[in-house]
Parts: sequence; structure tokens; C-alpha cells
Amino acid sequence: MEFPEELKYTEEHEWVMVEEELAVIGITDFAQDSLGDVVFVELPEVGTFLEAGKAFGVVESVKAVSDIYAPISGTVEEINDDLVDAPEIINTSPYEDGWMIKIRMADAGDADNLMDAEAYQALIAEES
Amino acid sequence: MTIIGTSGLVLNEKLLFEHSDPGRKGYSLPKLDVPETALPAELCREEISDFPELSEVDVVRHFTRLSTWNYGVDSGFYPLGSCTMKYNPKVNEAAARIPGLAYIHPATPAHLAQGTLELMYRLQGALAEISGLARVTLQPAAGAQGELTGMLVVRAWHEAHGSKRTKVLIPDTAHGTNPATASLTGYDVVPIASDGVLTLEEVEAHMNDDVAALMVTNPNTLGLFETNIEAICKLVHERGGLVYCDGANLNALMGIARPGDMGIDVMHFNLHKTFSTPHGGGGPGSGPVGVTEKLIPYLPGPGVDFDGENYSLEAAKADSVGRMMAFHGNVGVMVRAYAYIRSMGAAGLKHASEMAVLNANYVRARLEGVYDLPYKSRSLHEVVFSDKDLGGDCHTLDVAKRLIDYGYHPPTIYFPLVVKGAIMIEPTETESQEVLDEFCDAMIAIAGEARENPELLHQAPVRSRVRRLDETTAARKPKLKWEKGA
Amino acid sequence: MRYIPHTAGDVTEMLERIGVGTLEDLFVEIPESVRLKRPLDLSESVSETELLRELKALAVKNATPETHKSFLGGGAYHHFIPTVIDLLISRSEFYTAYTPYQPEISQGTLQAVFEFQSLICQLTGMDAANASMYDGASACAEAVLMAVRLTRRKRVLLSRALNPRYRAVVATYCRYLSLELVDVAVAADGRTDLADLIAKLDDSTAVVVVGYPNYFGVIEDVAAFAKASHETGARLVTAVAEPIALGLLKSPGELGADIVAGEGQSFGLPLAFGGPYVGFFAVLQKDVRAMPGRLVGETTDLEGQRGFVLTLATREQHIRREKATSNICSNQGLCALMATIFLSLLGKQGLREMAEQNLAKAAYARQRLSGIKGFSLVFDGPMFNEFVVRSEAPVADVLTRLEASGILAGIPLGEDYPELADCFLVCVTEQNQRAEIDALVAALQGGVQ
Repeated sequence: MEFPEELKYTEEHEWVMVEEELAVIGITDFAQDSLGDVVFVELPEVGTFLEAGKAFGVVESVKAVSDIYAPISGTVEEINDDLVDAPEIINTSPYEDGWMIKIRMADAGDADNLMDAEAYQALIAEES
Repeated sequence: MTIIGTSGLVLNEKLLFEHSDPGRKGYSLPKLDVPETALPAELCREEISDFPELSEVDVVRHFTRLSTWNYGVDSGFYPLGSCTMKYNPKVNEAAARIPGLAYIHPATPAHLAQGTLELMYRLQGALAEISGLARVTLQPAAGAQGELTGMLVVRAWHEAHGSKRTKVLIPDTAHGTNPATASLTGYDVVPIASDGVLTLEEVEAHMNDDVAALMVTNPNTLGLFETNIEAICKLVHERGGLVYCDGANLNALMGIARPGDMGIDVMHFNLHKTFSTPHGGGGPGSGPVGVTEKLIPYLPGPGVDFDGENYSLEAAKADSVGRMMAFHGNVGVMVRAYAYIRSMGAAGLKHASEMAVLNANYVRARLEGVYDLPYKSRSLHEVVFSDKDLGGDCHTLDVAKRLIDYGYHPPTIYFPLVVKGAIMIEPTETESQEVLDEFCDAMIAIAGEARENPELLHQAPVRSRVRRLDETTAARKPKLKWEKGA
Repeated sequence: MRYIPHTAGDVTEMLERIGVGTLEDLFVEIPESVRLKRPLDLSESVSETELLRELKALAVKNATPETHKSFLGGGAYHHFIPTVIDLLISRSEFYTAYTPYQPEISQGTLQAVFEFQSLICQLTGMDAANASMYDGASACAEAVLMAVRLTRRKRVLLSRALNPRYRAVVATYCRYLSLELVDVAVAADGRTDLADLIAKLDDSTAVVVVGYPNYFGVIEDVAAFAKASHETGARLVTAVAEPIALGLLKSPGELGADIVAGEGQSFGLPLAFGGPYVGFFAVLQKDVRAMPGRLVGETTDLEGQRGFVLTLATREQHIRREKATSNICSNQGLCALMATIFLSLLGKQGLREMAEQNLAKAAYARQRLSGIKGFSLVFDGPMFNEFVVRSEAPVADVLTRLEASGILAGIPLGEDYPELADCFLVCVTEQNQRAEIDALVAALQGGVQ
């Protein structure tokens, strides 16, 4: 399982990549592996304001469903439309093609509170 | 060991639409004996495109072939935990088809419906006696609707007493219908942990003046009796709440202990589990609800009353939560359940519970040590194993699928959620020692295969009409109906 | 007991294997204080012969279309039931199976449900239908809840001409969900009053519900209601209590309905004093994931053979728990199978012919009744197989008098509609021969007989 060093992680198994005021968000390799084959993704509309810690979408496999929580507050700039027709991309490429949304951060400092790859790996080692 | 699973001749069969041939007919109607009339053309549809056109023979053969692809209780052992797949007595089927019972219209005036009303009245009374509760409504169509009815009654009672409580406590072993029902009655769900059974301490820690009710299942879905139930009910009552009991597992308790005597305020029955009515491939069920005296005014109406001479449908009650169904519930199912209770009698019902518990413990004794048993207290009507240490990278799903090859319906799997890889076995009282032995032999053989030849499990089933199905594609690209040329 | 196979010897042997001495020892976890220390106060076991004798004695106290000339409808209908249905559903592989959790050994049930879903789509003109609901009324309530979820609005408009028992069940389901239920008036022709609907629609309205045909047997202008509802962003639910009408009438889907909820009892199910019946539920493609209930989908197995599975299960209670689209668990499986067999037999021609016979018989009855002194027809909108009759003499007296002549003439309307206290609802189906209709007319004409 991979956990790229350049990303930040949350306890809810999302990853965040900060690009200046923008943040790209997806779910981790661990999350997609625990869910199994992803069959459906529900994402917010562009322009929606997301509040950190609140659910903004849903990802479903055949027999499980999981809310996706906003790691940081901000406004949705772009969503990954490809996931609607091909949700399996989340399984095959969770960190690249499987990105979910891009948000404009309300406060760029928020990302500093997230875990780095090492801390996240320690967390999942504990969980499993 | 005799393996009862075998590959017989299995016939293929198309969808009924694919048999359709323009001009074929499978019906006959009397010739119209009044003048024809027509509606204004703008109200009428064209012919229903692609609607089937089949002969009677086509239809009979079609559904007969489909039936052979199913496994029912009459086919063999069906140890589906928490579903109580006991034998469905045939005389009950005959009873429900007696014309006077089968063909009476629900709006027939009460004085011309005395037969059915009397039967309903007697069934209400029998269920009240079995549960130790004061009054039973027969209206709910199934267990989940019974739960909804019960929780509406809980909420109506609270509101009538000026209480604005917003939460319901639900143990982690509960059926998914419990939290879904609580939401539907406008309550927030507070999950509480159990350690096999609920502890008084855990309930005490969460039971405050914002909690309307505790929903319990007793025996719970691990097949364990909630040993602290009396003290828990007392505590919930002292703090102003009510206790709801999911009656899915009543088959362990008939004539032995009564929920009403434990302090339960409201519970639902599953006539299609405990009272032997057939499951019908997913229904119809029937989910009557019993309550204590103080909750009677809130029950849905109308129930059946008796004045010593005549049976009647009770008049509308001001405090009732209202109607759950268009008419009186699944009366045809009630006839079967009534026939069962009459056939069994008081002693027979108790004997059924005893034999159900004996059978579950016998399966447990034979399989303990072969399969991991996460909870060790004495089982009642069902026993939950897990797939821990199974070997060969085999999991619960593989065991279930391999059981199909041996000729059995698999147990309930991956439930309750508190047991990882749960295998939940409920034999019921209608299975003989011989059947249980054959089943246990199969389970033991499968555990051996998991170690020595795990591919047998991973590939299973191989003897069924179809192999494992691609559920992922079914969910990603749902195809929910037949379409011409698709 | 013939359903329990254990001999005394079996019990002893099994207890030994378990390692306990007596049956009593199996119940040690149940505290003494909650044990029942007496036998249940129920009668003793009866034999098969005694049981059937007792039940037949009860059955003869009931009036049915076999003992009386019946004109009762109001949401449950006396129609032709082909012999084939009961014989096929008596195959125990169908009726003794459970919900098809293990698809490899449940393909019979699964394919039949897939066929049911397909037939309901064809009939209703909708994109997707579920595996069935408890009955028409609870399906209607679930439709209202679904529309509320989709629109996130709180106002629910119910036609007063919608079956009053459906309205009651909707009210029960909505009781604690902070919704506002508002009635829409009935116009003089018996249809729902479009002007009143438009006046009451606003941007907080989640859903409008109309019957099709409505409780008075009148055929609503569904297209007009759909248009008005959609203009404010509300969803239109069309409730079909008498689906034989769909053999003839334009489908609700064609007229713009967003959800169709209905009762399938007319499709080959016995009246059985109100159940078990079978609710059907159909939606548009875009709303599939918001619908309640079980769904069967087509797929393939490992070897590429066609097969069927329960699908989109993440909407349901066993996975989503308190966030599920409904708490419904089962469907009315065997009843849906009955409806499927019925529709397969009747098919394209048969359903239409049956609908036309209902229409013609009811029109004949209406025409004959309209000429009787002391009785009049109340509504003049287009009607299917039911209609409302007003009586100068008290309704209860009239109905009681006709019962004495072996006729169940209709359902009194006063309890549900105080303004129609002098009216009753008459239903005529293809099962009512002309002679029966003539007898009804004669009895009404006859005064005291």
C-alpha cells in the first residue's frame, strides 16, 4: 500500500494535496482497499462551501457505504466528473486519477493540522 | 458422510418477455354482457409496448422452471440465523384458502365478517398471552413495520405526557431496521456497546432525560439472553423512558419467559418466523405489536373488540398513532399463524422453544473447536461462529458458498456486525438430529477443505444453477428491467 | 407433535453430547425471576381435522362474493383470478424460500422479481420499479417521504379525492417528521380541484399526491397536476389503487408523474379481508438511488451466464442503518410473484380487455342507477369502475335493506367525507354479471321488500 510523502492525511482516511490556496482531496489507498470495489460516488456541486469535519459526499461499494468528510473548510472549485461514470478509478488510482474535489481553502493554515504520511501509517497500523 | 448436494438436470429458461409471441393468449374472460363503452380518446393509452403475449402453457412452464432454481425450507435445511426458517405446515396453507376466509372484502360490514373478526380476536389474545403484554394490534405488515408502529406508539406516549425526548439507545448487536425505524420516528440514534449482553452500567451511562427509549432484541442476535434485562428495564423506567423489544427471536422463549414479565413496554412479533408462516421468497410477513396497558390508547386502529356476543372493529381512538395499512394487515398470514397456534397448543409451543434451543446447542457442541466461537455463554435458539483462523485465506463467504455445494442453504453471514466474519446458525426445532449431524459433518469437512484444498471454497459453488455472480457490475451499471433489444 | 421430529431418545443423546443433564439446564441464563412458572393459558393442541372443521365454521360466518352479490371496492377489488396462479405459487421452492440473500440458489425468485419490476415499468411508464412494498397505502407514504428527501421541502399536498385510507397512512408515516400536510379540494366533477391545487402550491411544497383513478372512481387530469407541480419544483406522486385501469388509461409516466405508488391486489390476489396485498413503486432513472425497498438487477456469473442479484443495497437499512432510505426490510415476495403470473397470463390483450369490461359494466350500472327515483349520481367526470351514488333515504338503511337481499351494494362515504354522508361508493367489475347489476337496480328500486 502506498502513502505518498507529499500528501497530508486525515483520521477519516482522506488525503489532501495543497497547491497554494487550492486543496485537492481524495480517499487513501487504505480506504479504497477496505471498501472494496467502488460502485458509486456522490460529490458536492461546484460552489458549495464545505465546513471542516462535515460530510461532503459519499462513496459506496457493493456492501458498504462511507461518508467523505471535508478535511478543511473551503469552497468547491472543481469536481472529478470522470468518477461518476467510472467510480472504479478510485480503486485503481486513488491518489492521481481518483481525486475527488478541488477546494479553495478558507484558511490555508488549516492544512498544517493534518497528519503526514508517517503519522497516518502509524494510525492505520493501530487500526488494523 | 452423505453429501446431499448433487447436480441434477437443470433446465434453462428465458425471461418471459423473450417467449412472447404476438397474438398468443393465456387467459379467458366471459363475453361482455352489457353494451360496450369507450372513454374519451385523450385519456387512453396505445397498446402497452412489449407487454408479454404468452399461452397458459408458456406461463406454467416458465414459472415451474424458475421454481426449480430456488432453495426452500421444503428443499432442505435452511439455518438462516435470526430468520427462524422452520417448517411451514401444509394445513395452514389449506386454512388460508378456505373460501370464506380468502375471499372476504375488507370493507364488509362487521356483522357479515364475524368469522374473520373472531379469528383475529383470538389471535390477538394468544399473542398477548405468549408475550405477557396487555393488548396486540395485528395491523403491521412485517417486522420492520411493526417496529415503526411500536416506536410511533413510544413517541405518542411521550408527547402525550409532555416529554420532548429526542434520542433512542440501540445496542451494537441490533438489526439495521432498529436504527432506521428510530430515524423514521424522528429520533436520533445513540449506539451503545454490549459485551455479548448489555450491561446495566452501559445503559446507565447513556440513559438520561433526553432518551425516549431503549430498543433491545431478546434473546439478542448472538443468541444470548439479555441477563440484565429486568434491572435495565427498571432503570429505563425510573429515568422516564420505555423499552422496545424486537421480537425476532421469540422462538427461544415461548412458554418459558415473557417479555412483558421482564419489563418490556412494547414489542413486535414476526408471524413469519416464530409462528411458522412461509417467508414467500421475501414476504408477505406479518408484524403484530403488543403493548402494556398504558400504551393501549396509542395503538393503530382499528383493532378487534368483543362484547361477549359480537365481534366488531373498534371505533377511532383520539390518541391513536393512526393507520399503518390500507386495511387490516396481512390477514391471510394471520390465518396461518392462528392455525399454527391451535395445532401446537400451549404445551406444543413450549416444546418447540425447547427443541429449538436444544438444536442450536447441539450444533454448537459439534462445531465448537472446529470454528471459532467468540461468545461462550450458553446459547439459546441460535449460535454465532466466526471465520477466524479458518486457513487457506478462506472467509465466511467462502464457507457459505461451499455449503451450497453440499446441499444446504447457508447461515446468515457477516451479522451481527460485532463479530468479524460472523456465521450465524439458527436450526429451529423442526430439524432432526440426523439432519443436524449431516449439516455439521459438512461444516467440518469444509473446515478441512479450507486447510487442505482452499480452492474448493474459493471456486464454490459449482453445483448450483449459476456460479458466483458479479455484484460489482450490477451495482455500477444497474440494469433493473428488461428492455427490448438491450 | 408432527412438526417436531425429536424422540425422547434423541433428546437424551443430544443433551449428552452438549454436556448437560436436562433441557432445563439449557435455559440457565434466563433468571428465575422472569421465568413463566405456569403453562401458557392457551387451548390444547387440535388435530388437522378439528382445526379445519373449526376454521370452516368461522368461514361460513363471512359474506363473500361467493355468498353475496358484491359491489364493494374502495381500494380492494373482486377480479378474475386465473387458476394457474395458486397452483404455481404453491410450489414450495417459491413459498418456503426466504429473501434471495444467496443468489446462486435463489435465481427463481430473483428472475421473477426482475420480471415484476419490468412489468411495473411497462404499465406505469416509469424507468425503474422496486421489488414491491407492503401495500398501496404504505407505498404511497414511502413515495411522499422520498419526495421530501429529494426536494428537502416540508409541505405535502394531498388530494381529498385520494383514497382516505392512503391519506391516513401517509399521515401516520409523516407524524413525527415535522411535515405540513395540506388537503386539496375536490371539484364538482369529482376530480381534484386544479385551481385549489395551484393556489396551495408554493416553493416549500415537496410533493403533490393524486389518485388515478381517484377514490370516487374518477380519472384525474394527471398531466395538468404534473405541470402545475413541476412549475414550483414539487414532485407529483400518482397513487394507483385500481391498476386494472392502467390496461386502458394513459400511463402516469407518460403524463409526467415523478413517482408512481400503487396497489397490485387486482392482479390475481384474493381479497383476504385486506391482505396480504402488494404495493408497487416506480420512479424516474435519476431518482433510482433515492428509492426505498429491494431492487433486483441483471448481471453475469463467473462463466458469463446471465443471472440476477439484489443490488444497490447500500440504500437499505442493513447497511445504512439510521441513514437508510426506509426501514423496509422484506418485500411482499410471493404476492409480487402472483401479480407477475397474472400479468403474464393476461398479457397485452387481456389486461386491456379486462379494463374495457370493467369500464362497460360500471357504465351500464351507472346508467341504470341514474334512472331510479330517490338515487342520483354525484360526479360527472370520466370514470373507470367505481362511482358515487347519493341516496334520499339514509345510506345505512339502504345498505342494510340490500344486505337482506344478499347484496353488498357499496361502501358508505360519511365517515371519511361528512359532506357525502348521504352517499355510497359502488364498484362494478368484470366479475359482476349483468343479472347481478340488474338485481342491484331492482333491489334499489323495490323499496321495502
